[in-house]
Amino acid sequence: MSSSWDWQVFLQDTGGGETYLDWLISAWGWTLAVALSSLVVAMVVGSIVGICRTAPSKALVYFGNTWTELFRNIPLLVQIFLWYHVIPSLFPPLKSVPSFLLVVFGLGLFTSARIAEQVRAGIQSLPRGQTNAGLALGFTWPQTYRFVILPMAFRIVIPPLTSESMNIVKNSSVAFAVSISELTMFAMQAQEETSRGIEVYLAVTLLYFISAFSINRIMLAVENRIRVPGYVGGGK
Amino acid sequence: MTYDFSFVNWGVVTGFLLKGFVFSLQLTVVAMLGGIVFGTVLALMRLSGKPWLVLPASGYVNTMRSIPLVMVILWFFLLIPLLTGKPMGAELSAIITFTAFEAAYYSEIMRAGIQSIPKGQVFAGYAVGMNYRQTMQLIVLPQAFRNMLPVLLTQTIVLFQDTSLVYAIGAYDLLKGFEVAGRNFNRPVETYLMATVIYFAVCFSLSSLVRVLQKKIQIIR
Repeated sequence: MSSSWDWQVFLQDTGGGETYLDWLISAWGWTLAVALSSLVVAMVVGSIVGICRTAPSKALVYFGNTWTELFRNIPLLVQIFLWYHVIPSLFPPLKSVPSFLLVVFGLGLFTSARIAEQVRAGIQSLPRGQTNAGLALGFTWPQTYRFVILPMAFRIVIPPLTSESMNIVKNSSVAFAVSISELTMFAMQAQEETSRGIEVYLAVTLLYFISAFSINRIMLAVENRIRVPGYVGGGK
Repeated sequence: MTYDFSFVNWGVVTGFLLKGFVFSLQLTVVAMLGGIVFGTVLALMRLSGKPWLVLPASGYVNTMRSIPLVMVILWFFLLIPLLTGKPMGAELSAIITFTAFEAAYYSEIMRAGIQSIPKGQVFAGYAVGMNYRQTMQLIVLPQAFRNMLPVLLTQTIVLFQDTSLVYAIGAYDLLKGFEVAGRNFNRPVETYLMATVIYFAVCFSLSSLVRVLQKKIQIIR
């Protein structure tokens, strides 16, 4: 491998009628698709599990805690393999499900445990008086959560959720292990085929940077938009 | 689908699994110790207030923290042979990569730990005639380390889980051991399940230990 740059490598044909640049862009699309779909799964499941862990029912708390321990203590790659190799053999109908969806569930549920932890911490950081006030007004438990606790708790947990959202972009890189044609997969294969590892890795690393940074900016905009005046970090 | 674990015997454990388990542990311990040492140096650099130390340290930490670990593993595997001029095995490359990568994460923990020590402690050190090195070594770092022990250990559990990502360069770790055994006996589903149980058992017992430790430290304070 020579030490001079050769960025024209991206204009080479991959042998399939497209250039490496085309492939790179579609790989970026796959990375974003995996990351964003997993993020939706993680947010929805994570919020529900996090709420369960603070619920006034022992069974729900137990369920939430077990869920969190289970998904936090198994490496992500092993979880992806479980979804890809083991679960379809347990439930044969899942064999026809595309591996994209299996990875989305794997990454989504892995991250849900971490989001549940943040949501639980956010809810528990609220003064107990808020819950009591809600109940004293005659709200039921679900109403107290819906109108009193959650509107505050979700605002509090936005900063940790921002970093989890950036983590999910980084973690989407393990999808290479089950042959999703995302950025890391592209990096490995294009490096092998072109022997231009540095150029290929630089491009891929830059795209990961841009993706995570954009998510950071979007979440910051959300945070600013929904902040509650008068609270810490809440502006005027 | 029926499961058949009958192929598992002592020979399988010693032949396929032990080697990988030992490597995963080795990788975890070396990267933890090296990461904490380099991480502490990076944290001290970032807190030194001297731009020529702050900038490289924060640049390094922020870069490492914004790249996926798999990409870092691939980068090092590509760059180390280019820089040294000779090929390097996946295992050794993984050890170097994880030490360098984890240093960035441990440094953030140590930075928070050092910042949690009241300024008065530093002034007290200087007041009794200690220099910077003595103040840090004898007063600040021991306390910072103690305060951050649970967080450092939690990061080590994450590190142990992340060692499975050496899959990307084909190093023979715990997960790889199970995978090879599964392929050899044509029982991949069983070996993936076994891998899950082992990883869960190790990580869950470690994290329970961290919780106990956390309670102990809280009581003493």
